[in-house]
Amino acid sequence: VEQFEYRREANLERAIEAVRGAQDASAQFIAGGTNLTDYMTLGVAQPRILVDLNELRERFGRIDSDQHRLRLGALVRMSEAEDHPLIRRDFPVIAQTLMLAASRQIRNMASLGGNVLQRTRCEYFRETSWPCNKRRPGSGCAAFDGINRQHAILGTTEHCIAAYPGDFAQALIALGATVETLGGPSGPRTIPFAQLHRLPDDTPHLETSLAPGEMIAFLNVPTGPWTPRSCYVKIRDRDSYQFALTSAAVALHLEGDIVQEARIALGGVATIPWRAHEAEAVLGGRKLNEALALKAATVAFAGALPRRHNAFKIPIGQQTLVRALLEAQRMQVLT
Amino acid sequence: MSSAAPRPRENQGAPHPRIDARLKVTGEARYAADIALNNLAHAVLVTSDIARGEVTSISLHAARSSPGVLDIVSYEDIEGLRKPRLSNSSYTSLRPLHQRTIYHDGQIMALVVADTLEAAERAASRVTVEYSRQPPAAGFDSPGTTQMDAAGKVALLDEDPCVGDFKKAFQAAAVKIEADYATPQQTHNPIELFSTTAAWGDDELTIYEPTQSLYGFRAEIAHQLDIDVAKVRVVSPYVGGGFGSKGPSTPRSALVALAARRLGRPVRCVVSRSQAFTTLPYRAPTRHHVKLGASSAGKLQAYSHDAWELTSRLDNYAVGGTDTTARMYAYGAVATHVRLVKADRQTPAYMRSPPELPYMFALESALDELAYTLEMDPVELRLLNDTQKDPISGKRFSSRHLKECYEKGVTAFGWKKRNPRPRSMREGEWLIGLGCATAVYPTNVAAATARVRLESNGQVRVQSASQEIGTGIRTVAGQIAAEQLGVDLANVTVEMGDTSLPAAPVSGGSNSTASVCSAVLLACEKIRARLHKAGSATPSVKNLPKLFQKLGVGVIEEYGEFIPEGVPPEALQKLYAGQTTMISGSERKRAMFAFGAEFVEVRINERTREIRVPRLLGVFAAGRIMNTRTARSQLMGGLIWGMSAALHEATEIDPRAARTVNRDLQDYLVPVNADVGQVDVIMLSEVDTEVNPAGIKGLGELGNAGTNAAVANAVFHATGVRVRTLPIRLEDLA
Repeated sequence: VEQFEYRREANLERAIEAVRGAQDASAQFIAGGTNLTDYMTLGVAQPRILVDLNELRERFGRIDSDQHRLRLGALVRMSEAEDHPLIRRDFPVIAQTLMLAASRQIRNMASLGGNVLQRTRCEYFRETSWPCNKRRPGSGCAAFDGINRQHAILGTTEHCIAAYPGDFAQALIALGATVETLGGPSGPRTIPFAQLHRLPDDTPHLETSLAPGEMIAFLNVPTGPWTPRSCYVKIRDRDSYQFALTSAAVALHLEGDIVQEARIALGGVATIPWRAHEAEAVLGGRKLNEALALKAATVAFAGALPRRHNAFKIPIGQQTLVRALLEAQRMQVLT
Repeated sequence: MSSAAPRPRENQGAPHPRIDARLKVTGEARYAADIALNNLAHAVLVTSDIARGEVTSISLHAARSSPGVLDIVSYEDIEGLRKPRLSNSSYTSLRPLHQRTIYHDGQIMALVVADTLEAAERAASRVTVEYSRQPPAAGFDSPGTTQMDAAGKVALLDEDPCVGDFKKAFQAAAVKIEADYATPQQTHNPIELFSTTAAWGDDELTIYEPTQSLYGFRAEIAHQLDIDVAKVRVVSPYVGGGFGSKGPSTPRSALVALAARRLGRPVRCVVSRSQAFTTLPYRAPTRHHVKLGASSAGKLQAYSHDAWELTSRLDNYAVGGTDTTARMYAYGAVATHVRLVKADRQTPAYMRSPPELPYMFALESALDELAYTLEMDPVELRLLNDTQKDPISGKRFSSRHLKECYEKGVTAFGWKKRNPRPRSMREGEWLIGLGCATAVYPTNVAAATARVRLESNGQVRVQSASQEIGTGIRTVAGQIAAEQLGVDLANVTVEMGDTSLPAAPVSGGSNSTASVCSAVLLACEKIRARLHKAGSATPSVKNLPKLFQKLGVGVIEEYGEFIPEGVPPEALQKLYAGQTTMISGSERKRAMFAFGAEFVEVRINERTREIRVPRLLGVFAAGRIMNTRTARSQLMGGLIWGMSAALHEATEIDPRAARTVNRDLQDYLVPVNADVGQVDVIMLSEVDTEVNPAGIKGLGELGNAGTNAAVANAVFHATGVRVRTLPIRLEDLA
């Protein structure tokens, strides 16, 4: 690890200024540090200044809600959110995405804001001696023709097939969350969560739409008739402590068995948090059963581009979604 | 779940908790890299980014001027190291830094020494190496490999076991099976990282290093440094898992010792998890072609096993598991042939059940396939072909209770409730599969020594330079002394892990408990003989003061030397010189093996295909069990690792670059607690007076032999899909 300066900053404006003012965008915020320190150890991230935000927990470490929305401070720990009785009851998909991630020890440290920004697990990205367009723009993608079992099949280009690894973001994008940020070039702003992550296209090194010094302050999740009937199915080789091979976050508003509205996100299969709008459209207004679920799942993966080792993600990803839809349908929900 | 402290059956020792349990769970136990030394410097390895080629230049300037750097050992200025001797004491003959040729990914390029670990890491990242690259061969399917017969070229296989006319017998057989199987590369990944700490005092060297072979390691280090072996002391208080990887020395250790000598300061190098994937050995991938011929009633008539094992360009290494599989059943005719395939990889080495794990996977899978072809119960097929005679040598087994293991297991597991038809059992959307396979491990023993001291107050001290690698050897060596001398285990101190103690063999081949306990037993018998002269038939704490008074001594100390039957007496000198003389279960006057029957339940989601293992059962017969608690723990660990070999573990090699891709414990999968359901171990009572004086058959590597096949057989039962290449992943069932 290269030497770096570490600052704990209790003043918000100074914290933002410290990062925004750094000459070559080499300053970063740090909260739980579970992802950033890992990448610093690997030499992938080499910040010169780390600005620790944990002194701001009073302001950004709260979970609030009213009848319209759930408001999550960016410094809330993953474990705090997963334990929250209201989230467990009214937003089960959020609690489940958190509980099925990493290990409890990591979730005790990791912040929600940092979690949505966690970087890919692509092995070729993590080891600095391989070519990687995300790490070294223009150097090539070693994963494209390499060992790519974990890699994405949706949202990929020949420049990058690294999968977005997270779970929680799938719940957020499915539920149409918004992100409140501070410190952007034109001050505070609110953007749809779906605009936070950027598709790799030919610039996979640009991962988010945040400007240097811009920090996530809050994540807002609107309440809807679909939020209580929501769940997350995560498929992996072992039963814990592994990123998703495939996953599906689903929220349903049902009248009887008729789908009034469906929200679907797919994890483990795409380069960014992935909302499956076309699949949602298949379900809308129709009676949910196995055949319809499978039809939606087929549509969800219609644009998939598999590589040598990850073609299984199409059939398994489809079945993951079918399982999630039928599981959500079976849920007992108090209305 | 069975009790953690099973009640001993006949010929089984009490389930004493480990004598070092408290030290370990409280963190008091000091491992080699925990030992505090004054003025310690820290070293970090720089390793190659390519698998084949030449170093054209190495630039050290930036690293040398990095803060805190004390020294860099590299091509430019290395001298004074001799070439490693490929043997059980060194896994490779490669002497890094002495030639510019690169033989494998992650080859050592330099050793950077600094005041702190952080400074050494930072400086190491500033070393740049330029290469001329050549296309490497990564594995079996790569162009550019070479192939050769293994028999006679490797330590573990003198000749390919064969008997009868296989061709004829196979041709005549009414029912035939022919299939290809494959097992992947595995990396040991003990939780305790590999480390070397070298401290010189004048011309004497003390090395603190986790090793499974203190004397072997000492001799090899002395050889490489070209110093008198008597000048080297090796200290290895505890070993936090080795599984074979800490058996042979690796090139790092002598480099660290050299750096410490150059610097005139103690130097410690802890190899990172990622670098351990390439600077340490691994379990080689294997390929198998198996043929089985049987009568329509299921009587085996012909078995052939062709195998290919991957190794390095430099070294011939193969495990040759046909030496075990060829002795498993009453086959009729047997033909086997093992080949080496040489590629641009580091040399592999032993990993828990080195021959049995891959080879039994092939055999026990093929038997399951045969059972389905015959429409016969797979347990019944194995029992029908059970034998009390080694089919290769014609020798009788000293004891073999495979039948009893299966009979017990069938009842305990509820095997009779199994509907043999594939895909016939389910619960909701989960397909259920039940499978079985045979476990086996040869009863290896080696020459060993121990010293035992008895004081008149009943205090006992046992000394032997064996290694506590987590098996409980300290505890069982103490138990046998306590039992022999009539004292409580609480009064016994056991000293191990230091070359200043009497020599003991490598902790490998599951020989240690049998060998070391036999040496302790012999020393105790000498003490008893002296007490007997003073008039005691059975010593007890009460009568000791009187007996000591009669003998006119304050303490009695005796030294026990154990030389197994069939091993020449010079084995003891060799042992002190660093060479373990181990005799395998197939080389003795009787065939000596431990056996077991393993049963597995898998559940596979019909939609998403993930595989879960709610139940594992192993029933074993392994001679005298020294301690039912520690034995059960080892067998459980074996079963779990066997499941891991079936479903989780694989070191992924990029075929283009011959480089390891998954290099941490997130991407190199091993089971987590959530993956381990009910694990039951039953140890049958078995008395075998021929194996060794203590009557022990080693069981450390018994539990994970065959388990992978039992899992694969259960997966077939659940799904109707026969997966012959490990690990079995959900995509194999999609």
